[in-house]
Amino acid sequence: MSLSDLIQGQKARISHIPDENLRTQLLRFGITTGSEIKCHCRLPFGPVVLQFAGQEIALGRTLANQVHVKQ
Amino acid sequence: MNAPHSAPIFDDLAAKRKIVLVGNPNVGKSIFFSSWSGIYADVSNFPGTTVEIQSSQIGDDALFDTPGVYGVSSFNDEERVARDVILGADTVVNIIDATHLERDLFLTLQVIDMQIPMVVALNFCDEAAAAGIIIDIQKLEQQLGVPIIATTAIKGLGIKEVYAALDLARPGISNPKIDEKVVQLLSRVDTRPEALLVLEGDWNVAKRHGIEPLAEREQSYLWRRQRADDILAETVNRPSEKRQFREFLGRCCLSPLTGIPILLAVLWGCYELIGVWVAGEIVGLTEETIMQGYWEPWIRNLVGGWVSEGSVLGQILIGEFGVLTMTVTYLLGLLLPLVLGFYVALSILEDSGYLPRLATLVDRLLNTIGLNGRAVIPVILGFGCVQLGTITTRLLGSSRERTIATAILNFVIPCSAQLGVIFGMLAAVGIQLSLAYAAVIFVCLAVIGTVLNHVLPGTSSALLIDLPPMRLPRLGNVLRKTSVRTYFFMKEAYVWFIVGALGVSTLQISGGLALWQKLVAPLTVDWLHLPAEASTAFVMGMVRRDFGAAGLTELALSPWQVVVSLVVITLFVPCIASLMILFKERGVKEAMTIWLGAWVIAFSVGGLLAQLVL
Repeated sequence: MSLSDLIQGQKARISHIPDENLRTQLLRFGITTGSEIKCHCRLPFGPVVLQFAGQEIALGRTLANQVHVKQ
Repeated sequence: MNAPHSAPIFDDLAAKRKIVLVGNPNVGKSIFFSSWSGIYADVSNFPGTTVEIQSSQIGDDALFDTPGVYGVSSFNDEERVARDVILGADTVVNIIDATHLERDLFLTLQVIDMQIPMVVALNFCDEAAAAGIIIDIQKLEQQLGVPIIATTAIKGLGIKEVYAALDLARPGISNPKIDEKVVQLLSRVDTRPEALLVLEGDWNVAKRHGIEPLAEREQSYLWRRQRADDILAETVNRPSEKRQFREFLGRCCLSPLTGIPILLAVLWGCYELIGVWVAGEIVGLTEETIMQGYWEPWIRNLVGGWVSEGSVLGQILIGEFGVLTMTVTYLLGLLLPLVLGFYVALSILEDSGYLPRLATLVDRLLNTIGLNGRAVIPVILGFGCVQLGTITTRLLGSSRERTIATAILNFVIPCSAQLGVIFGMLAAVGIQLSLAYAAVIFVCLAVIGTVLNHVLPGTSSALLIDLPPMRLPRLGNVLRKTSVRTYFFMKEAYVWFIVGALGVSTLQISGGLALWQKLVAPLTVDWLHLPAEASTAFVMGMVRRDFGAAGLTELALSPWQVVVSLVVITLFVPCIASLMILFKERGVKEAMTIWLGAWVIAFSVGGLLAQLVL
């Protein structure tokens, strides 16, 4: 499943981010494979906002689809 | 270092020590910059980009501000600029947010791995304390090996201390694993900072040394991330989240059910502030009473003593479109108060943390026209002044997005000067026809955006932003931002106003303006079914968009004629000052395409509508 499948308040662990660019950009926010994130808010057809270590980060839907997570 | 590394902006300031402010977005860099530099700051476009760099000379030192970035690399224009300024630094002042150390330490450690001497300003200490975050600063200092000063810049605390600590700047303790790799590169790359970037796959920097970048970015980032996490575990004690109310408020702004009503309320507030108060009362005072009432008669009188108003020079200086009359009135009486009003509103929205949430809310909508949520900022500013919006498209991620946003701004977004007249005329024709007008304009926006999105090559960047916590904006900071931004905008815009006014005067004196009007007249009568006099309004719209709109109010028009004429005047070419900015920002080819395209679109859409309803 991907980040876009999470519902508000649901927690998950990042399992795989295939795109290298996205992977390194998220790494700079501290998010990497194994990080536990929480879905702060999911807009209908729109971005997913995740919560991680006191930060809120918004990813456009196309990016959120590329972040694989597992529970 | 070779010449291309220290970009030309460094040459203007003959300084012993180049101090560079570095930090993530929204960490308060600009407060440090403005406190240290006072009001004497220079702003220059970084060569080859549209990213602006502020610099200032302080004694023997030169101070540079950089765009907020999450790391030193080249994911976008802003990062490339920040990277090159950092590469030229003698001392780095890294500002970090005490409430977001997880994010901010990455950049700190990267600069440490570059081994540039630095000082860290630990900002937002008051907020961290209020949130119960306990940071062992001494231990953090030991682990990083650089001086750390606790600050609350927004209240002025610690700013001087950071400056005093500049002499203590040290390169810090770099990551041994990364060191090992970097050292191997030093034989082929001149400096340690550049070697690190080559190691981390920066092909720009590698190319300058004629070598291939290494593919170690991810490994290096992972090591750095691991070290940041280890340091945080030892030095920071973060209680479980307690910011319930802020979080709740932030979420309300995001989810459409509550976010849209909030957006409407915000828009209404902006309309009351800018549309009613500033554009109405303040501009009424500054433009009509002060500038047209006192300034223009005075300067006409003064200059009229030397030059006859009817002569060529007289017309250029103090005529209808004179440099000393219309241009000065327009700049100081109309534009200045409007720009101030818009920047106050923007700064409040920005400092409160609302803007990035708005960008997230409208992201999906803007995706359909090839933009991401961030484009909402230039579009909002465009309703104030199209020039302001056009300049602000610089914050968009790619040239493709800037083209789309600029086109939309210049084709369909009416500026505040025009909006006043448009609202007035629509009020007379009733709600149904007003909606018809709005629908036509909206369809044009959607069609232009969609077509450009399909025609332009490449893909637009997707939204990836961090949302700062919701904060109550501080008056001092709002005013400081407003004054700095207004100053830079006016500094950039005034030349183009003068050039524009000279152009119009020349057209008028040479009879070009009258010729235009004659050329447009048949189109107006036969195709748009409007009175011939409307062509004067359209041609005047080239000079100042509200001149065009105001010209229509004097004509006797049927309700549908009002709609047709307003559609044409909205879609018509941007004012002469905007055109100048358009040339500067997007180049001659794109600017002329937009300008000529506006003629075609305005008259075809208006004409089609006229054929349907008149």
